[in-house]
Parts: sequence; structure tokens; C-alpha cells
Amino acid sequence: MNHSIAEAILDRSQSVDISGEPAVVLRDLHKSFGAQHVLNGINLTVVRGETLTVLGRSGTGKSVLLKLIIRLDHPDAGSICIQGKDIAGLNLNEMNRLRTKMGFLFQHAALYDSLTVEQNVEFPLRRHTKMPKSKRINRVKELLRSVGMENDLHKMPSELSGGMQKRVGLARALALQPELLLLDEPTAGLDPITSGEIDDLVLKLHKEHDLTSIVVTHDLHSAKTVADRVALLDKGKVVMEGSFEDLAESKDEFVQEFFKRDS
Amino acid sequence: MESASITGTTINRSLEWFGDLGSFSWKVTRAAVTRPFELREIYRQFDEIGSKSLPLVALAGAAVGTVLALESRSSLAHFGAKSMLPATIVFTIIHEMGPIIAGLVVSGRVGAGIGAELGSMKVTEQIDAIEASAVNPYKLLVFTRVLACIVVLPLLTLVTDFCGVLAGWVATTLTDPISLLPFLHKGFSGVAFSDFLAPTLRTSVFGLIIGLVSCFQGMRTQGGTEGVGRSATSSVVLSSLFVILADVILVKLILIFFP
Repeated sequence: MNHSIAEAILDRSQSVDISGEPAVVLRDLHKSFGAQHVLNGINLTVVRGETLTVLGRSGTGKSVLLKLIIRLDHPDAGSICIQGKDIAGLNLNEMNRLRTKMGFLFQHAALYDSLTVEQNVEFPLRRHTKMPKSKRINRVKELLRSVGMENDLHKMPSELSGGMQKRVGLARALALQPELLLLDEPTAGLDPITSGEIDDLVLKLHKEHDLTSIVVTHDLHSAKTVADRVALLDKGKVVMEGSFEDLAESKDEFVQEFFKRDS
Repeated sequence: MESASITGTTINRSLEWFGDLGSFSWKVTRAAVTRPFELREIYRQFDEIGSKSLPLVALAGAAVGTVLALESRSSLAHFGAKSMLPATIVFTIIHEMGPIIAGLVVSGRVGAGIGAELGSMKVTEQIDAIEASAVNPYKLLVFTRVLACIVVLPLLTLVTDFCGVLAGWVATTLTDPISLLPFLHKGFSGVAFSDFLAPTLRTSVFGLIIGLVSCFQGMRTQGGTEGVGRSATSSVVLSSLFVILADVILVKLILIFFP
């Protein structure tokens, strides 16, 4: 980790006030797929400007949680409030207005495979802003520069590696200057060096854009790097939440097992 | 007992499928009447579905016209009605063969394409990404394709009709030489505008069926690449089946309203 990133971590750990204004509030969230209960009463609050990392084993409903927050799916019970609004009560137009304030990085980036890198990042700008073409392109270049992809404007997603696709996905997620960033397994399937680069990038962007973030991962190194606070999920419930150090030192059997296995 | 249970499950699944299709159609209809109208994407789909199907429907129309001329000639000659050949070709093509051939060719080419494309987008979360970007996928992906199918099918039917009649004349004139103008004059002498209009416009219904069923099958894809294959196949099979069923119903209705 380079010096500026280390400083960024220190800055943020001192600046985030966890009793501050809540950006996302999840209350008693339940979700099942057939007989499989994925979320079983999740309660979480994410404070404005904070990065909450949600840890857990595969299949514990971490990605489902993010999809519920951006309403790509609906909970069976419970409520989700974003910036004080219960999203269940919003109509499609209201929800779409809220979505423009949210950025989502999908686990496999989900780049539009018929569009170039440039067009992928331009997509939200073209849809939701009245920027002239030249300004849009400048903004796209600026975003791609910030994720280190400025030389790949005209490549198709199929020509990119997994790490590069995630960078472009991140640039697309940041295009509309979101207030809330949702990252689904940003380092999954990447080698340790690329994972470290993505983590550093997330930190850097967080600092530059003053974001609230929810990062879903099972990568402890990534969680340690980017998180202000960590919530550990098991069997559809939050087992423990606190700082990374709190969890690492916990006496809870499952938490110990989770941290021991990874290390 | 077991067969009754299987029949019950099949009926339940079919009803569920129709229910889901109804709900899907409602979402598309709602998306269609709200801004923005996606003109750029509609234009792209006109090209994708219309222009790129043109060679195939032209070829299919020509093949049908040729076979019709060759097959009908001997039958008509047998009854001493060889002079009826141009009228038989024109009437058969514009009334039935042109519309149904255009419908089936498009359901094969476009149905498979839409099913596979949307299916692939679904399993790679691209449709979720569109929705997460605050864009309605029912408008951007579905409405544009359905509208293009509805508008383009009658135009492609005209091409099928034209190529069928032309190829019918070529096949006829190779055995019994006849100039094009007398052939057309004989062929169209008993044809009214309503004979031409209703069968051609009924292909808009085929377009609606092909677009809606293929998009529906694509958007509900599950299970990775195997699922994409299943969606492409089911899009073609179901849209072809419903085109044939709709043809039977529409022919009856046309006969009632345009006797």
C-alpha cells in the first residue's frame, strides 16, 4: 500500500462519525428464494460518508442485500430507507431518481458487451444529463483516467481482463457522481496484486468523491483496507458488526473461525 | 394417476406462463407510453430486424413462388385451366403464402436473435446494470424490439409477395413463355385492394407475437449459457407456434370482415 493510501485510511478512520446522519437503514430484512431463506432479519445502518463492508461466506445473501438496496429485487419483509425514504413506497420514476444518486459495481462488472469502454462509461451520462457530446467525452476520459483505463477507450469489454473490467465498471458507477456506492465483490476472482490495486482505487475514489459505500466481500484483506466498519453475516443474520479490529479480536466462535480460516 | 398429475403440472405451468406473459406485456405497455421514446434504439432495431431479414425473406418468397408455379401448372393443366396459373400464383402468395412465410422466416431469424441476445444480457447481469443505471429495460430493450417487429413485418411481407410473384412469373415463362405485363394483368385482374391489405396487415400481429414472446423468453433466462440456448430455442418454437395459431384465427376473422 502506498503512503497516500495509508494516509487516506488514517484520515477516514478519524473523520467518520458513526453516530452521524444515516444514509442507509435496513430494518428486519427478510428474503427467501423458494424454500431457501437467504436473509433472515437483517438490521444495519450505514452513516453518511462511511464505508461499511459486509463480510460473509458464499451464499449468505451478501449480493442479494445490495440488489435489495438498489431495488433490483424486493424483500419479503422489512424496510429499506435510503436518505430517509422508504424505497418500497417509491414509484418507478422516484426510484430511478434515487438510483441516479447510487452507483453499483457488479461482481462480474456487467459491462454492456456491445458497447466500447467509452460508450459503457458514457451510458449513464447520455441517459441522465444534458451534457453536450464533447463535455460527455471529456468527463468519460476523466473518469477512465481516475481508474487507470484512459488508454483503452475504444476496446470492447471482451478484450479486457477481469481487473480491467472492474475498473471500467467502477468508472461507470461513478459517472453520475453518486452519493452512495454499492460494490459487489470488487476483488473476487482477481490476483492479490490486482485486488490490492482495486482496493487502493476504491479508497482513493472514496476520498475524492466523498462517498458513502457498502462493500460486499469475503476478502478479509480487502475489508481491512477499505472498511470503516464491518458487518459479518451468517445464515441470513448479522452475527457481529464493528471495526475490523473488533471483529478480529472477537471471542465469538463463528467470527474466530471466519477470520482464522482466511488468515 | 401419475399421468393425471403430469397433465395437471403442465396445465399449471402453462397458465403460469400466460400469467407472466400478461404481466410482462403490461410492463411493456406502461413503458411504451412514457418518455423518453428511445428513437435512436428504435431506428437501430428497424435496421437489425428489418434490413437484415430482407435477403432471407426475399429468397424464401422467390422459392415459394417458383415451387407454386411448378406445382400448380401440372394440376391446372390436368383440369384444363392452365390460363388460371398467374391468378393462382398471385392470389395464393398475397393471401396466404407471403404473410405466413414472412412471419415464420422472421420468427426463426429474429426470434432466435432476440432470445439469445436478451438471454445473454440477463445471465451476465447487463439487464440489471441497465436498471441500476435508472433506465427502464422494458422500454430500452423490449418496447423498441416489439415495435420494430410490428412495423417491419408488413414491409417484409411486401418484399416476400413481390419476390414470390416475380419468381412465379420466371418459372412460368420458362415453360410457357409469357411477358411480365400480361402475366401481372392476368394475375391481378380478380384481386381487390382488400385482398391485399388485410393479409399484409395481419403480419403486424405476427410481429407483435414474435417480438413479445422472444423478448419475454430472453428476459426470463436462467442458468448460464445453457439457459441462453434454451431461451433462443424456445423463442423460435413458441413464436412460430403462436404465429401459425394466430394465422388460423386471423384468416377466419378476415373472411368474416372482408368476405
